[in-house]
Amino acid sequence: MITFDGVSKIYRDGTPALEDITATIQPKEFVSIVGHSGAGKTTLLKMLLAQEKPTSGTVMFQDVDVHALPNSALHHYRRKIGMVFQDFRLIPNKTAYENIAFAMEAAGRHDDEIASDVPYILNLVDLSTKANHFPNQLSGGEQQRVAIGRAIINQPDVIIADEPTGNLDPINTYEVVEILKKVNELGTTVIITTHNKGVVDAMGKRVITMDRGRIVRDDPQGQYIL
Amino acid sequence: MITAFKRVVSNGSKNFFRSGAVSFATVLIMTVTMIIIGLLMFLSALLTYTLDAVQSKVDVSVYFTTNADEGTILNLKDKLVQLPQVADVTYTSRDQALQQFRERHASDQLTLNALDELGTNPLGASLAIRAKDPTQYQSIVDYVNNDADLSAGGTSMIDHINYEQNKGIINRLTSVINATEQAGLVIVIIFAIASTIITLATVRLAIYSSRDEIAVMRLVGASNAYIRGPFIVTGILGGVLSALIAMIVFAPVSWYVGTNLSAWLGGFNLFTYYMSHILEFAAVLFGSGFLLGSFASYLGVRRYLRA
Repeated sequence: MITFDGVSKIYRDGTPALEDITATIQPKEFVSIVGHSGAGKTTLLKMLLAQEKPTSGTVMFQDVDVHALPNSALHHYRRKIGMVFQDFRLIPNKTAYENIAFAMEAAGRHDDEIASDVPYILNLVDLSTKANHFPNQLSGGEQQRVAIGRAIINQPDVIIADEPTGNLDPINTYEVVEILKKVNELGTTVIITTHNKGVVDAMGKRVITMDRGRIVRDDPQGQYIL
Repeated sequence: MITAFKRVVSNGSKNFFRSGAVSFATVLIMTVTMIIIGLLMFLSALLTYTLDAVQSKVDVSVYFTTNADEGTILNLKDKLVQLPQVADVTYTSRDQALQQFRERHASDQLTLNALDELGTNPLGASLAIRAKDPTQYQSIVDYVNNDADLSAGGTSMIDHINYEQNKGIINRLTSVINATEQAGLVIVIIFAIASTIITLATVRLAIYSSRDEIAVMRLVGASNAYIRGPFIVTGILGGVLSALIAMIVFAPVSWYVGTNLSAWLGGFNLFTYYMSHILEFAAVLFGSGFLLGSFASYLGVRRYLRA
């Protein structure tokens, strides 16, 4: 489904961010990418989102070369991927409901679809009672749940979560991970990057370990080992 | 398509009202721009009014000899009125000239006594000619000087034409009027450019505060047009609201200036002018608000929509 083939990224000053990354991720997999800060985890995700171009190598998504897509087609491609960030990145002047609905509106979905799907998702992430709250009226964990709701509302093929629990306390971390697991069980591929050993070890799923821009370990049922 | 348009309009208006402080600042700046544009309209009207008033005071008088035939003079008057460059011609007969002279010197007994001593009327008839444009006086004077009827008896009936005396003043006035018109135009253009730039910068700052939001919208898969739309709607709302505020502000201000400073402005009543040209003001202000708001937003968002 997703294939990194010999992907390298070398910045203009000569610093290598990624070196010869080759990996394949199958549909419905749950993959954790771990590594120290600066190991290249986020750069790898940016490659997949076509936010950065590789210096060499290709990134394929369902047989499409991501970096050969024209600028005008990128938004169609990005609708197949749900993104969750460490800093939530909700739209500040939209309510929880509107933040989730926005992703559907942007994808051109009908009003009645929106009216039926958004409450369902809000319920799934346990925020039905806070639908009309603005992001600054929600706790960190609640904001991250809204972000996950927004990421899954269009039933994407993949959820990419970049340090989704980085800003959360253990209880919220647990809740977010439970939601991601549930999403994965419903058939969506999930890729997360994390520093949280507890999260990775509890999962018992595939772990890719990165160090200085390279993949140093790829265990199908891995542990957080650095 | 209709759904997308509806969503763009609804999101744009929601953004406008929810980002209160930013919208307020934008509307404030745009209102100042609208007021400047409105003031320029008033200024140009006042300028035109003053120039017309000054021009109407300039005339050329042809003084005839005392024995000039009245029929010939009235004939000349009719011919002058037909000329395209002449605005109007006023005839003063010998008797009227004498009467005016007496009125003018009513308190000057010595002069009146001297006049009575003469026994006859020493004053000739005259024609006061006003041109439509001060540059045309020379051609009018030439026309009068070359009229064959006036020198029918061998000697000219014209005593003198005061154009030669007034020529310097008329020429200077003409160049002052031209310079004022050009300077006015330049000022209009400079102010228009300056206020447009200020508005562009303000809207750009307002959109700068939403740059993260724009990045998120892109990642969520919104198309560029769908991201841009609401910002343009917000900009248009700001522009139209600013125009409305400026229109409302002008009513009491022009009324106050009209009632209190009309004499000082040479009889120009701002309020009367505003009321009689209110549709013109509305068209210009709402039009500029709409264009400025949408154009500024379009430019402001554009830089965040590049890959």
